[in-house]
Amino acid sequence: MKEPTAQESFRQGLWTKNPVLVQLLGMCPVLAVSNSVANALAMGLATSFVLVASALMVSWIRHWVPPSVRIAVFILIIATFVSLAEMLIQAVSLEVHKALGPFISLIVVNCIILGQAESFASKHPPLPSVIDAFSRGSGFTLAILAMGAIRELLGKGSLLGYNVLGEHFLPWVVFLLPGGGFFVLGFLLMLYHRYQREAR
Amino acid sequence: MNEGLAAIFLGSFLVNNFVLAYFLGICPFLGVSGRMDTAVRMGLAVSLVMLVASMSAYGINQLLQALDLEVLRLISFVLVIATAVQLVELFVKKTSRPLFDALGIFLPLITTNCAILGVALFQTSRDYDFLQSLAFAAGAGAGFTLALLLMAGLREELKWSNPPDLTQGTALTLMVGGILSMAFMGFAGLGG
Repeated sequence: MKEPTAQESFRQGLWTKNPVLVQLLGMCPVLAVSNSVANALAMGLATSFVLVASALMVSWIRHWVPPSVRIAVFILIIATFVSLAEMLIQAVSLEVHKALGPFISLIVVNCIILGQAESFASKHPPLPSVIDAFSRGSGFTLAILAMGAIRELLGKGSLLGYNVLGEHFLPWVVFLLPGGGFFVLGFLLMLYHRYQREAR
Repeated sequence: MNEGLAAIFLGSFLVNNFVLAYFLGICPFLGVSGRMDTAVRMGLAVSLVMLVASMSAYGINQLLQALDLEVLRLISFVLVIATAVQLVELFVKKTSRPLFDALGIFLPLITTNCAILGVALFQTSRDYDFLQSLAFAAGAGAGFTLALLLMAGLREELKWSNPPDLTQGTALTLMVGGILSMAFMGFAGLGG
């Protein structure tokens, strides 16, 4: 099987096949934990870590896993790395751990990871798999960061906790509420389609 | 924590609706909310599995706590849910063939539905006892079904409207979801 070049992988993961904006995978965390830049960043990094680590593992053992039980094996591998990531976050910042709550554990059922394991890592050697996983992880992080930035800026007038828009800015609290998550993501999707259409 | 069962049920059903407030189970919410009849089946299947998964997760959690093995919680939950889905599938197949045919492909798909794992994780992190867990799961299932039905109804109506080109598809669904979510915030404070 032909291996895609690193450049191709990045182009696809970040833009043309962005897991969130194009494939519409992993929507739950994108909507749920994007109410501030810090939370979004933590979620993006944690998901990318799990994505890369499980891609490496899945790719290594791909010749020994019988096809009939492969999904179960993949899920176990992913769950192991998610447990690791959770302990890591707890050790680094208890505050972030509290803010994200059960959503860290829910990385297990993020379809991006299982999708990558099934469609790419289980069929390719370790190095291209890791590159592919990393680019998809970056695409996910990019999307969730964009969401976090818009929602924090409009909802609180700040970025990463620093006040940006000044004291006279009246915050649009709705962007911090669940409804705002839906609106911002819908808006991002529209922007993306518009850009794609003009590029064509 | 000592909440009444009714309050817990109402909480996960309306106030903190799993789909519209916690964003769990968004994939099926966007994916199978196009038609009313598929939405009914999906909601039914998810509610069923949620109850079973909640009971099993409660048992497993007790066991893990007794053995001091909470590190393995996540891995065991995932395995338990996958097994529970299979069990429910077998059970439904044996007892009610029409229901099985109706649920069809939706049952196995539920394994990767984050709402199910969400129920298991939330009930654990809130230290619910057995009955509270059941009420929580029942409310979550009913809430998921309600959100899915509302969405399917709205989308069937949307077919007759004429939105701008750019908003068609998922973007429009998300906007409608946002408005639904705002509407559900009106339930805040209900049930104490």
